[in-house]
Amino acid sequence: MVGPGDTGHGDTGLGDTPGSYEEFVKGLWRENPVFVQVLGMCPALAVTNSAVNGLAMGGATLFVLFMSSLLISSLRSFIPKAVRISTYILVIATFVTVADLSLQALAPTVHRELGAFISLIVVNCLILGRQEAFASKNPVGRSLADAAGMGLGFTLALVLLGGAREVLGKGALFGVSLFGEGFEPWVVMILPPGGFLMLGLLLLLFAWIAEKREKLLDEAESEPDLDREAA
Amino acid sequence: MKLPETPRLILTLTVAGLLSGLAIVGAYQATQPRIRANNARALRQAVLEVVPGAETLQPLVWRDGALQAPGTAGSTAGNGGAGRAADRSGDLPTVYGAYTAAGGFVGYAIPAAGAGFQDTIRLIYGYQPETERIVGLQILESRETPGLGDRIYKDPDFVAEFRDLAVSPRIEAVKGHGEAPHQVDAITGATISSKAVISILNAGNDEWLDRLPEEAPAFQPSTTVGAEGETPKGGPVPGGKN
Repeated sequence: MVGPGDTGHGDTGLGDTPGSYEEFVKGLWRENPVFVQVLGMCPALAVTNSAVNGLAMGGATLFVLFMSSLLISSLRSFIPKAVRISTYILVIATFVTVADLSLQALAPTVHRELGAFISLIVVNCLILGRQEAFASKNPVGRSLADAAGMGLGFTLALVLLGGAREVLGKGALFGVSLFGEGFEPWVVMILPPGGFLMLGLLLLLFAWIAEKREKLLDEAESEPDLDREAA
Repeated sequence: MKLPETPRLILTLTVAGLLSGLAIVGAYQATQPRIRANNARALRQAVLEVVPGAETLQPLVWRDGALQAPGTAGSTAGNGGAGRAADRSGDLPTVYGAYTAAGGFVGYAIPAAGAGFQDTIRLIYGYQPETERIVGLQILESRETPGLGDRIYKDPDFVAEFRDLAVSPRIEAVKGHGEAPHQVDAITGATISSKAVISILNAGNDEWLDRLPEEAPAFQPSTTVGAEGETPKGGPVPGGKN
Protein backbone atom coordinates (compact mmCIF):
# COMPACT_ATOMS: atom_id res chain seq x y z
CA MET A 1 0.00 0.00 0.00
CA VAL A 2 2.77 2.41 0.82
CA GLY A 3 5.26 3.12 -1.91
CA PRO A 4 9.02 3.21 -1.57
CA GLY A 5 9.00 7.01 -1.62
CA ASP A 6 6.99 7.04 1.56
CA THR A 7 9.26 5.16 3.83
CA GLY A 8 11.29 8.12 4.98
CA HIS A 9 8.30 10.21 5.92
CA GLY A 10 7.66 9.27 9.50
CA ASP A 11 11.31 10.07 10.24
CA THR A 12 11.59 13.38 8.45
CA GLY A 13 8.26 14.37 9.97
CA LEU A 14 9.48 13.84 13.52
CA GLY A 15 13.12 14.69 13.02
CA ASP A 16 14.10 17.96 11.40
CA THR A 17 10.41 18.96 10.80
CA PRO A 18 10.47 20.56 7.38
CA GLY A 19 7.98 23.41 6.90
CA SER A 20 4.60 23.26 5.22
CA TYR A 21 6.05 24.65 2.04
CA GLU A 22 8.44 21.74 1.61
CA GLU A 23 5.64 19.29 2.37
CA PHE A 24 3.61 20.92 -0.37
CA VAL A 25 6.32 21.09 -3.00
CA LYS A 26 7.61 17.54 -2.62
CA GLY A 27 4.39 16.08 -4.07
CA LEU A 28 4.66 18.13 -7.21
CA TRP A 29 8.00 16.85 -8.34
CA ARG A 30 10.46 15.09 -6.05
CA GLU A 31 7.90 12.59 -4.76
CA ASN A 32 5.30 12.94 -7.50
CA PRO A 33 2.69 10.24 -6.79
CA VAL A 34 2.52 9.00 -10.39
CA PHE A 35 5.96 9.55 -11.87
CA VAL A 36 8.10 8.84 -8.81
CA GLN A 37 6.05 6.77 -6.36
CA VAL A 38 4.05 5.05 -9.14
CA LEU A 39 0.88 5.08 -7.04
CA GLY A 40 -2.71 5.25 -8.24
CA MET A 41 -1.96 3.56 -11.53
CA CYS A 42 -5.51 2.36 -12.12
CA PRO A 43 -7.05 5.82 -12.65
CA ALA A 44 -3.80 7.12 -14.17
CA LEU A 45 -4.07 4.59 -16.98
CA ALA A 46 -7.80 4.12 -17.29
CA VAL A 47 -9.26 7.59 -17.66
CA THR A 48 -6.44 9.65 -19.16
CA ASN A 49 -7.52 9.48 -22.79
CA SER A 50 -8.07 13.23 -22.78
CA ALA A 51 -6.74 16.19 -20.82
CA VAL A 52 -10.22 17.07 -19.52
CA ASN A 53 -10.76 13.58 -18.13
CA GLY A 54 -7.33 13.70 -16.48
CA LEU A 55 -8.17 17.05 -14.95
CA ALA A 56 -11.55 15.86 -13.65
CA MET A 57 -10.09 12.68 -12.19
CA GLY A 58 -7.19 14.61 -10.64
CA GLY A 59 -9.56 17.22 -9.23
CA ALA A 60 -11.83 14.61 -7.66
CA THR A 61 -8.83 12.81 -6.16
CA LEU A 62 -7.40 16.08 -4.85
CA PHE A 63 -10.72 16.89 -3.18
CA VAL A 64 -10.98 13.49 -1.51
CA LEU A 65 -7.33 13.51 -0.43
CA PHE A 66 -7.52 17.04 0.97
CA MET A 67 -10.75 16.52 2.91
CA SER A 68 -9.70 13.12 4.26
CA SER A 69 -6.35 14.49 5.41
CA LEU A 70 -8.10 17.39 7.11
CA LEU A 71 -10.44 15.12 9.03
CA ILE A 72 -8.01 12.34 9.84
CA SER A 73 -5.24 14.68 10.87
CA SER A 74 -7.51 16.65 13.19
CA LEU A 75 -8.99 13.48 14.71
CA ARG A 76 -5.73 11.55 14.86
CA SER A 77 -5.57 11.42 18.65
CA PHE A 78 -9.14 10.14 18.94
CA ILE A 79 -8.92 7.27 16.49
CA PRO A 80 -7.86 4.05 18.24
CA LYS A 81 -5.00 2.33 16.47
CA ALA A 82 -6.84 -0.99 16.13
CA VAL A 83 -9.63 0.44 13.98
CA ARG A 84 -7.73 3.19 12.23
CA ILE A 85 -7.77 1.63 8.76
CA SER A 86 -11.52 1.01 8.87
CA THR A 87 -12.05 4.58 10.01
CA TYR A 88 -9.84 5.94 7.21
CA ILE A 89 -11.71 3.91 4.62
CA LEU A 90 -15.02 5.14 6.00
CA VAL A 91 -13.88 8.75 5.82
CA ILE A 92 -12.45 8.33 2.32
CA ALA A 93 -15.51 6.51 1.03
CA THR A 94 -17.77 9.24 2.35
CA PHE A 95 -15.88 11.96 0.52
CA VAL A 96 -15.74 9.86 -2.63
CA THR A 97 -19.52 9.50 -2.56
CA VAL A 98 -19.87 13.24 -2.12
CA ALA A 99 -17.50 13.87 -5.04
CA ASP A 100 -19.34 11.30 -7.17
CA LEU A 101 -22.74 12.89 -6.55
CA SER A 102 -21.45 16.42 -7.05
CA LEU A 103 -19.83 15.55 -10.37
CA GLN A 104 -23.02 13.84 -11.48
CA ALA A 105 -24.99 16.97 -10.65
CA LEU A 106 -22.57 19.58 -11.96
CA ALA A 107 -20.78 17.93 -14.87
CA PRO A 108 -22.87 14.99 -16.13
CA THR A 109 -20.87 14.64 -19.34
CA VAL A 110 -17.58 14.28 -17.50
CA HIS A 111 -19.20 11.95 -15.00
CA ARG A 112 -20.38 9.68 -17.79
CA GLU A 113 -16.88 9.58 -19.30
CA LEU A 114 -15.22 8.67 -16.01
CA GLY A 115 -17.92 6.18 -15.05
CA ALA A 116 -17.03 3.75 -12.29
CA PHE A 117 -13.54 5.20 -11.85
CA ILE A 118 -14.86 7.98 -9.64
CA SER A 119 -16.16 5.43 -7.13
CA LEU A 120 -12.88 3.57 -7.42
CA ILE A 121 -11.02 6.55 -5.92
CA VAL A 122 -11.85 4.82 -2.61
CA VAL A 123 -9.25 2.18 -3.35
CA ASN A 124 -6.63 4.55 -4.75
CA CYS A 125 -3.60 3.60 -2.69
CA LEU A 126 -2.32 7.17 -2.90
CA ILE A 127 -5.10 8.39 -0.61
CA LEU A 128 -4.99 5.66 2.02
CA GLY A 129 -1.20 5.79 1.80
CA ARG A 130 -1.08 9.50 2.66
CA GLN A 131 -3.46 9.00 5.59
CA GLU A 132 -1.45 6.13 7.07
CA ALA A 133 1.99 7.55 6.32
CA PHE A 134 1.40 11.23 6.93
CA ALA A 135 -1.94 12.65 8.09
CA SER A 136 -2.22 10.26 11.04
CA LYS A 137 1.17 11.37 12.38
CA ASN A 138 1.34 15.07 11.57
CA PRO A 139 -0.47 18.26 12.62
CA VAL A 140 -3.31 19.58 10.48
CA GLY A 141 -1.42 22.36 8.70
CA ARG A 142 1.37 20.14 7.42
CA SER A 143 -1.02 17.33 6.56
CA LEU A 144 -3.05 19.72 4.43
CA ALA A 145 0.10 20.99 2.71
CA ASP A 146 1.11 17.40 2.05
CA ALA A 147 -2.35 16.49 0.73
CA ALA A 148 -2.55 19.55 -1.50
CA GLY A 149 0.91 18.87 -2.91
CA MET A 150 0.27 15.20 -3.53
CA GLY A 151 -3.18 15.89 -4.97
CA LEU A 152 -1.88 18.60 -7.28
CA GLY A 153 1.05 16.43 -8.30
CA PHE A 154 -1.37 13.64 -9.14
CA THR A 155 -3.59 16.04 -11.11
CA LEU A 156 -0.59 17.45 -12.93
CA ALA A 157 0.56 13.97 -13.90
CA LEU A 158 -2.89 12.95 -15.11
CA VAL A 159 -3.33 16.12 -17.18
CA LEU A 160 0.13 15.62 -18.67
CA LEU A 161 -0.65 12.00 -19.48
CA GLY A 162 -4.13 12.79 -20.80
CA GLY A 163 -2.93 15.82 -22.74
CA ALA A 164 -0.11 13.94 -24.46
CA ARG A 165 -2.43 11.06 -25.37
CA GLU A 166 -5.11 13.42 -26.63
CA VAL A 167 -2.67 15.38 -28.80
CA LEU A 168 -1.33 12.21 -30.42
CA GLY A 169 -4.54 10.22 -30.49
CA LYS A 170 -7.06 12.90 -31.46
CA GLY A 171 -4.94 15.81 -32.67
CA ALA A 172 -6.54 18.01 -30.05
CA LEU A 173 -5.89 19.42 -26.59
CA PHE A 174 -8.74 20.11 -24.15
CA GLY A 175 -11.06 19.38 -27.07
CA VAL A 176 -9.53 22.11 -29.26
CA SER A 177 -8.34 20.76 -32.58
CA LEU A 178 -4.66 21.52 -33.13
CA PHE A 179 -3.56 20.33 -36.53
CA GLY A 180 -6.56 20.77 -38.78
CA GLU A 181 -7.92 18.23 -41.24
CA GLY A 182 -4.63 16.86 -42.54
CA PHE A 183 -3.66 15.16 -39.27
CA GLU A 184 -4.13 11.42 -39.15
CA PRO A 185 -4.80 10.63 -35.45
CA TRP A 186 -2.66 7.97 -33.84
CA VAL A 187 -5.69 6.16 -32.47
CA VAL A 188 -3.79 3.62 -30.38
CA MET A 189 -2.73 6.43 -28.03
CA ILE A 190 -6.29 6.95 -26.75
CA LEU A 191 -6.91 3.20 -26.51
CA PRO A 192 -5.80 1.29 -23.41
CA PRO A 193 -2.36 0.28 -24.82
CA GLY A 194 -1.64 3.97 -25.41
CA GLY A 195 -1.96 4.57 -21.69
CA PHE A 196 0.83 2.11 -20.94
CA LEU A 197 3.00 3.43 -23.77
CA MET A 198 2.67 7.05 -22.71
CA LEU A 199 3.09 6.27 -19.01
CA GLY A 200 6.26 4.35 -19.81
CA LEU A 201 7.63 7.20 -21.89
CA LEU A 202 6.84 9.79 -19.22
CA LEU A 203 8.36 7.61 -16.46
CA LEU A 204 11.49 7.35 -18.59
CA LEU A 205 11.55 11.10 -19.09
CA PHE A 206 11.12 11.81 -15.40
CA ALA A 207 13.78 9.31 -14.37
CA TRP A 208 16.15 10.79 -16.94
CA ILE A 209 15.59 14.35 -15.71
CA ALA A 210 15.97 13.24 -12.09
CA GLU A 211 19.27 11.55 -12.93
CA LYS A 212 20.56 14.64 -14.73
CA ARG A 213 19.65 16.81 -11.77
CA GLU A 214 21.34 14.49 -9.34
CA LYS A 215 24.50 14.58 -11.38
CA LEU A 216 24.43 18.37 -11.48
CA LEU A 217 23.93 18.48 -7.72
CA ASP A 218 26.79 16.04 -7.16
CA GLU A 219 29.08 18.18 -9.25
CA ALA A 220 27.97 21.32 -7.42
CA GLU A 221 28.70 19.60 -4.11
CA SER A 222 32.07 18.23 -5.09
CA GLU A 223 33.39 21.51 -6.44
CA PRO A 224 33.70 23.30 -3.07
CA ASP A 225 35.69 20.28 -1.82
CA LEU A 226 38.14 20.72 -4.66
CA ASP A 227 38.48 24.39 -3.82
CA ARG A 228 39.19 23.56 -0.22
CA GLU A 229 41.77 21.01 -1.20
CA ALA A 230 43.41 23.54 -3.47
CA ALA A 231 43.47 26.07 -0.66
CA MET B 1 -6.53 -6.94 22.78
CA LYS B 2 -7.49 -5.72 26.26
CA LEU B 3 -11.19 -5.95 26.97
CA PRO B 4 -11.86 -2.39 28.14
CA GLU B 5 -10.62 -1.25 24.75
CA THR B 6 -13.50 -2.94 22.94
CA PRO B 7 -16.31 -0.52 23.81
CA ARG B 8 -14.11 2.33 22.68
CA LEU B 9 -13.47 0.68 19.33
CA ILE B 10 -17.15 0.00 18.84
CA LEU B 11 -18.01 3.54 19.83
CA THR B 12 -15.47 5.03 17.41
CA LEU B 13 -16.69 3.04 14.45
CA THR B 14 -20.34 3.64 15.33
CA VAL B 15 -19.86 7.39 15.53
CA ALA B 16 -17.79 7.42 12.35
CA GLY B 17 -20.41 5.35 10.51
CA LEU B 18 -23.19 7.57 11.78
CA LEU B 19 -21.48 10.77 10.68
CA SER B 20 -20.57 9.25 7.35
CA GLY B 21 -24.18 8.20 6.80
CA LEU B 22 -25.41 11.68 7.63
CA ALA B 23 -22.91 13.27 5.25
CA ILE B 24 -23.87 10.94 2.41
CA VAL B 25 -27.60 11.45 2.89
CA GLY B 26 -27.04 15.21 2.99
CA ALA B 27 -25.03 15.17 -0.22
CA TYR B 28 -27.57 12.90 -1.87
CA GLN B 29 -30.44 15.18 -1.03
CA ALA B 30 -28.55 18.27 -2.10
CA THR B 31 -27.59 16.88 -5.50
CA GLN B 32 -30.59 14.71 -6.37
CA PRO B 33 -32.92 17.38 -7.85
CA ARG B 34 -30.15 18.58 -10.11
CA ILE B 35 -29.14 15.06 -11.19
CA ARG B 36 -32.74 14.19 -11.98
CA ALA B 37 -33.16 17.41 -13.93
CA ASN B 38 -29.95 16.69 -15.87
CA ASN B 39 -31.14 13.22 -16.82
CA ALA B 40 -34.58 14.46 -17.77
CA ARG B 41 -33.11 17.23 -19.89
CA ALA B 42 -30.72 14.84 -21.66
CA LEU B 43 -33.62 12.49 -22.39
CA ARG B 44 -35.85 15.32 -23.57
CA GLN B 45 -33.09 16.61 -25.81
CA ALA B 46 -32.62 13.16 -27.32
CA VAL B 47 -36.32 12.58 -27.92
CA LEU B 48 -36.80 15.93 -29.59
CA GLU B 49 -33.76 15.20 -31.73
CA VAL B 50 -34.88 11.82 -33.05
CA VAL B 51 -38.45 12.80 -33.85
CA PRO B 52 -38.36 15.73 -36.30
CA GLY B 53 -41.02 18.32 -35.63
CA ALA B 54 -41.46 17.31 -31.99
CA GLU B 55 -41.70 20.10 -29.46
CA THR B 56 -42.86 18.28 -26.36
CA LEU B 57 -43.09 14.73 -25.09
CA GLN B 58 -44.59 12.44 -22.53
CA PRO B 59 -43.63 8.96 -21.39
CA LEU B 60 -45.98 6.17 -22.37
CA VAL B 61 -45.93 2.87 -20.53
CA TRP B 62 -47.09 -0.55 -21.60
CA ARG B 63 -49.46 -1.63 -18.87
CA ASP B 64 -52.33 -4.14 -18.88
CA GLY B 65 -51.99 -4.72 -22.59
CA ALA B 66 -52.34 -1.10 -23.56
CA LEU B 67 -50.12 1.87 -24.13
CA GLN B 68 -50.98 4.65 -21.72
CA ALA B 69 -49.66 7.80 -20.13
CA PRO B 70 -48.33 6.89 -16.67
CA GLY B 71 -50.72 9.21 -14.85
CA THR B 72 -53.86 7.76 -16.44
CA ALA B 73 -54.81 4.91 -14.17
CA GLY B 74 -56.24 6.29 -10.92
CA SER B 75 -53.38 8.59 -10.02
CA THR B 76 -53.74 10.92 -7.08
CA ALA B 77 -54.16 14.58 -7.77
CA GLY B 78 -51.35 17.09 -7.42
CA ASN B 79 -47.67 17.15 -8.17
CA GLY B 80 -46.73 14.46 -5.68
CA GLY B 81 -49.09 12.01 -7.33
CA ALA B 82 -47.68 12.65 -10.78
CA GLY B 83 -44.16 12.29 -9.45
CA ARG B 84 -44.92 8.98 -7.82
CA ALA B 85 -46.64 7.69 -10.93
CA ALA B 86 -43.58 8.65 -12.97
CA ASP B 87 -41.31 6.87 -10.51
CA ARG B 88 -43.38 3.72 -10.61
CA SER B 89 -43.46 3.74 -14.39
CA GLY B 90 -39.67 3.31 -14.30
CA ASP B 91 -40.22 -0.43 -13.90
CA LEU B 92 -42.62 -0.72 -16.81
CA PRO B 93 -41.57 -0.84 -20.47
CA THR B 94 -41.59 2.77 -21.60
CA VAL B 95 -41.52 4.68 -24.87
CA TYR B 96 -41.97 8.40 -25.38
CA GLY B 97 -44.70 10.02 -27.37
CA ALA B 98 -43.58 13.14 -29.22
CA TYR B 99 -46.05 15.92 -29.92
CA THR B 100 -46.14 19.39 -31.42
CA ALA B 101 -46.66 22.31 -29.09
CA ALA B 102 -50.38 22.17 -29.92
CA GLY B 103 -50.52 18.55 -28.78
CA GLY B 104 -50.62 16.93 -32.22
CA PHE B 105 -48.92 13.52 -32.32
CA VAL B 106 -45.70 13.34 -34.38
CA GLY B 107 -44.09 10.03 -33.55
CA TYR B 108 -42.65 7.72 -30.92
CA ALA B 109 -39.16 7.72 -29.46
CA ILE B 110 -38.15 4.19 -28.50
CA PRO B 111 -35.22 3.55 -26.16
CA ALA B 112 -33.31 0.34 -26.78
CA ALA B 113 -30.04 -1.26 -25.72
CA GLY B 114 -27.90 -4.21 -26.69
CA ALA B 115 -24.39 -5.55 -26.94
CA GLY B 116 -21.92 -3.53 -28.98
CA PHE B 117 -18.31 -4.35 -29.82
CA GLN B 118 -16.95 -3.27 -26.42
CA ASP B 119 -19.88 -2.72 -24.14
CA THR B 120 -23.62 -2.16 -24.11
CA ILE B 121 -24.84 0.42 -26.60
CA ARG B 122 -27.82 2.41 -25.39
CA LEU B 123 -29.73 4.35 -27.99
CA ILE B 124 -33.05 5.99 -28.69
CA TYR B 125 -34.75 6.15 -32.06
CA GLY B 126 -37.71 7.95 -33.55
CA TYR B 127 -40.47 5.95 -35.23
CA GLN B 128 -43.43 7.13 -37.24
CA PRO B 129 -46.23 4.53 -37.24
CA GLU B 130 -48.01 6.18 -40.14
CA THR B 131 -45.14 5.71 -42.60
CA GLU B 132 -43.61 2.73 -40.75
CA ARG B 133 -40.23 4.40 -40.89
CA ILE B 134 -37.45 5.17 -38.48
CA VAL B 135 -36.95 8.92 -38.60
CA GLY B 136 -33.96 9.52 -36.34
CA LEU B 137 -31.39 7.81 -34.13
CA GLN B 138 -29.23 8.94 -31.29
CA ILE B 139 -26.64 6.90 -29.43
CA LEU B 140 -26.98 7.70 -25.74
CA GLU B 141 -24.15 5.59 -24.38
CA SER B 142 -21.45 3.50 -25.98
CA ARG B 143 -17.83 2.53 -25.51
CA GLU B 144 -17.07 1.63 -29.09
CA THR B 145 -13.47 1.92 -30.28
CA PRO B 146 -12.51 5.56 -30.83
CA GLY B 147 -11.86 6.23 -34.49
CA LEU B 148 -13.54 3.03 -35.65
CA GLY B 149 -16.67 1.89 -33.83
CA ASP B 150 -17.52 5.36 -32.62
CA ARG B 151 -18.33 6.28 -36.20
CA ILE B 152 -21.79 4.86 -35.54
CA TYR B 153 -22.54 8.33 -34.19
CA LYS B 154 -19.69 10.37 -35.70
CA ASP B 155 -19.99 9.37 -39.36
CA PRO B 156 -22.56 11.73 -40.92
CA ASP B 157 -23.33 9.32 -43.78
CA PHE B 158 -24.13 6.50 -41.39
CA VAL B 159 -26.19 8.72 -39.11
CA ALA B 160 -28.14 10.01 -42.12
CA GLU B 161 -29.20 6.45 -42.98
CA PHE B 162 -31.53 6.50 -40.00
CA ARG B 163 -33.43 9.64 -40.93
CA ASP B 164 -35.68 7.70 -43.29
CA LEU B 165 -35.45 3.95 -42.91
CA ALA B 166 -38.16 1.39 -43.53
CA VAL B 167 -38.61 -1.15 -40.75
CA SER B 168 -40.20 -3.93 -42.81
CA PRO B 169 -39.43 -6.64 -43.53
CA ARG B 170 -36.36 -6.13 -41.31
CA ILE B 171 -33.54 -3.63 -41.21
CA GLU B 172 -30.44 -5.05 -42.87
CA ALA B 173 -26.80 -4.09 -42.84
CA VAL B 174 -25.20 -4.39 -46.26
CA LYS B 175 -21.72 -3.76 -47.60
CA GLY B 176 -21.55 -1.28 -50.43
CA HIS B 177 -24.65 0.56 -51.45
CA GLY B 178 -27.91 -0.86 -50.25
CA GLU B 179 -30.64 0.64 -52.38
CA ALA B 180 -33.71 -0.82 -50.69
CA PRO B 181 -35.36 1.45 -48.11
CA HIS B 182 -34.76 -1.08 -45.33
CA GLN B 183 -31.01 -1.41 -45.97
CA VAL B 184 -28.19 0.41 -44.22
CA ASP B 185 -24.59 0.67 -45.46
CA ALA B 186 -22.37 -0.82 -42.79
CA ILE B 187 -19.32 1.30 -41.97
CA THR B 188 -16.13 -0.16 -43.34
CA GLY B 189 -13.86 -0.91 -40.39
CA ALA B 190 -16.78 -0.84 -37.98
CA THR B 191 -18.92 -3.66 -39.29
CA ILE B 192 -19.54 -5.15 -35.87
CA SER B 193 -20.62 -1.84 -34.36
CA SER B 194 -22.85 -1.09 -37.36
CA LYS B 195 -24.48 -4.49 -37.17
CA ALA B 196 -24.89 -4.11 -33.42
CA VAL B 197 -26.84 -0.88 -33.91
CA ILE B 198 -29.07 -2.57 -36.48
CA SER B 199 -29.75 -5.62 -34.36
CA ILE B 200 -30.62 -3.34 -31.44
CA LEU B 201 -33.08 -1.51 -33.68
CA ASN B 202 -34.61 -4.77 -34.90
CA ALA B 203 -34.94 -6.02 -31.33
CA GLY B 204 -36.58 -2.74 -30.35
CA ASN B 205 -38.97 -3.06 -33.26
CA ASP B 206 -39.82 -6.65 -32.34
CA GLU B 207 -40.67 -5.56 -28.86
CA TRP B 208 -42.62 -2.42 -29.64
CA LEU B 209 -44.08 -2.07 -33.11
CA ASP B 210 -47.11 -4.28 -32.48
CA ARG B 211 -47.84 -2.39 -29.30
CA LEU B 212 -47.83 1.09 -30.80
CA PRO B 213 -51.18 2.37 -32.03
CA GLU B 214 -51.09 4.70 -34.99
CA GLU B 215 -52.56 7.46 -32.87
CA ALA B 216 -50.81 7.70 -29.53
CA PRO B 217 -52.65 8.47 -26.28
CA ALA B 218 -53.46 12.16 -26.07
CA PHE B 219 -50.90 14.51 -24.61
CA GLN B 220 -51.26 15.23 -20.91
CA PRO B 221 -49.18 18.20 -19.84
CA SER B 222 -48.73 17.02 -16.24
CA THR B 223 -46.58 14.01 -17.18
CA THR B 224 -44.09 15.95 -19.27
CA VAL B 225 -40.49 14.85 -18.82
CA GLY B 226 -37.95 17.54 -18.06
CA ALA B 227 -40.47 20.37 -17.98
CA GLU B 228 -38.95 23.81 -18.16
CA GLY B 229 -39.86 24.53 -14.56
CA GLU B 230 -37.46 21.98 -13.13
CA THR B 231 -34.62 22.70 -15.52
CA PRO B 232 -31.81 24.62 -13.81
CA LYS B 233 -30.42 27.59 -15.67
CA GLY B 234 -27.05 27.55 -17.39
CA GLY B 235 -24.63 24.68 -17.77
CA PRO B 236 -23.91 22.72 -20.90
CA VAL B 237 -26.65 20.54 -22.29
CA PRO B 238 -25.59 16.90 -22.05
CA GLY B 239 -27.26 16.02 -25.30
CA GLY B 240 -25.44 12.72 -25.75
CA LYS B 241 -22.70 12.35 -28.30
CA ASN B 242 -23.21 13.39 -31.86
